[in-house]
Amino acid sequence: MIRMWKTKRHFLYALWAVLLLASPAVLNPYWVDVLNLVGLYAILALSLNIILGHAGLFHMGHAAFYAVGAYTTAILNKQFGIPVLWLMPLSGLTAGLTALVVARPIIHLRGDYLLIVTIGFVEIIRIALINNVFGITGGANGIFGIDRPMIFGYKIRKPQEFFYLIWAFAALTVFFFHRLEQSRFGRALNFLREDDVAAEGSGIHTAHYKLIAFVIGAFWAGMVGTVYAAKMTIIAPESFNFWESVIMFMIVLLGGRGSIPGTILGAFLVIGLPEIFREFASARMLVFGAVMVIMMIFRTEGILPALPRSYPIGRLPDTGSDR
Amino acid sequence: MDFFLQQLTNGLAVGGIYALIALGYTMVYGVLKLINFAHGDLFTIGAFLGLSLLTSLGLTHHMGSFGVVVSLIVMVMCLVALVGVILDRLAYKPLRTSHRLSAVVSALGASIFFQNGIMLVYGAKLLVYPHDILPKMNVNILGLHIPLIRILILLASLLMMICLYVYINKTRIGTAIRAAAIDQGAARLMGINVDRVIMIVFMIGPALGGAAGLMVGLYYGQINFTMGWIYGLKAFTAAILGGIGNIPGAMVGGLLLGVIEALGAAYLSIAWKDAIAFCVLIVILIVRPTGILGERVAEKI
Repeated sequence: MIRMWKTKRHFLYALWAVLLLASPAVLNPYWVDVLNLVGLYAILALSLNIILGHAGLFHMGHAAFYAVGAYTTAILNKQFGIPVLWLMPLSGLTAGLTALVVARPIIHLRGDYLLIVTIGFVEIIRIALINNVFGITGGANGIFGIDRPMIFGYKIRKPQEFFYLIWAFAALTVFFFHRLEQSRFGRALNFLREDDVAAEGSGIHTAHYKLIAFVIGAFWAGMVGTVYAAKMTIIAPESFNFWESVIMFMIVLLGGRGSIPGTILGAFLVIGLPEIFREFASARMLVFGAVMVIMMIFRTEGILPALPRSYPIGRLPDTGSDR
Repeated sequence: MDFFLQQLTNGLAVGGIYALIALGYTMVYGVLKLINFAHGDLFTIGAFLGLSLLTSLGLTHHMGSFGVVVSLIVMVMCLVALVGVILDRLAYKPLRTSHRLSAVVSALGASIFFQNGIMLVYGAKLLVYPHDILPKMNVNILGLHIPLIRILILLASLLMMICLYVYINKTRIGTAIRAAAIDQGAARLMGINVDRVIMIVFMIGPALGGAAGLMVGLYYGQINFTMGWIYGLKAFTAAILGGIGNIPGAMVGGLLLGVIEALGAAYLSIAWKDAIAFCVLIVILIVRPTGILGERVAEKI
């Protein structure tokens, strides 16, 4: 029964993936660009999911790491002319390092305290960017004229081309985070989310694991920053304000904490839906807010909550009962 | 010295406003363990309702300026309290038993709803308060000329805080609120109607927030529909600074944050004004994670 349900689910995922890949052929550039944005937010939300969904840390400052990645790319590309895609791992690294430095002293804070500190952090980063720290961030106007990405000598420019770059990155992200949540590390994160003390008692160094979750999430957000900078060719502090963090936070919780399909669906709903209802212009966000409240009342765990972990009985060590 | 005292009184006035908003956060958090992200928007609603009432009722023809302000404050407080109770009924009550994060998302949804509702009704541009309500004069205190409005705001917020403090500590309902904040289950067993306590909290908090909104309108003279975010964020910071869930803590935290911000903006850099508040917050949380007045509570195992 479970098996059948699983194959059905995999079939559905494959169907959605095929539909998505074929969509640029029928959609106009505007809608392809909306899908690009959905893709970027899906990747960001997946990277937040490891921190918020799996480790259960209330982190509402993810836009800060995204900003660090984007600015690293923009500055190095403008100053030294390094091709943007080469800067992807480096942006991830600076974002990860920032996370390490910032999160180390605050990782022991619980729940809401962590929430407000991360909010404060994203505001501090934004204000620092506006005030042009070290004279390299371009102040409130930001940095413009960032190079387009080149793949094997081919310059990516049109929305359709970005579509495949972004969603390939999304596929890689899904694979990586799926493997991560199946791993010993992922299980340890879930354990400490459910019960911090019991996890500590079972020999999980909780502070260490939380910190690693933060760094991995930040690393990934930094890499998305690179893609964003390359796509827009212009970045400004206002693109990384507190509201961006809230959007990522909402995507994860609305879609389903700790659930990869849920998070991707959440990105489609939060980013895509307001675009669909653009004709209702001003009232759409009003309805959107009301829908969020109603959604949470009727599906408190999110739309596609994470399934409980299952282990096939045949692969467990022999217990003698089912043979 | 004169400059310093001016900045200090300015900081105290703004701090009083922060404290009033922070009280709403901290009371709701105390009883429900919920960060009411829509609270900042209740504050904005207060500011806009105040402006509507002021321009539509024509109060200025019937009474003096102080009468106008007092009756405005009372009306705004009642209306915003009503909005607060409705908000709780519709958005939070169905989520009492579910995961805390679900309620946070519901609160964010409510915040988006309010913000856009205000925008639809009043438009997206800056609105200006009439500036002839209170006489523009300076009060001379020990050779220091302080604008009258600044003193009035500080006095009004202090008065409200004292009333709240007495109410919480001396009355039966106040005792019930404190009991529900410590342990909801036990309070229920002692015959306290916790649902009623929650309703009262959702009247007092938004009422104070609404009054703060009106004060901001009178003090700065201009309001817009997004101002709830930044004030809400600062007030929440103030609540944490004093120790969240702790009512005197929110008052101290608010006043302190206002003063630190005003002095920081004056002596360090005005461009970094918002960052100063958050830096202080981070330092406090690292050094003393429960806030200034919060007591260390053993974690439940």
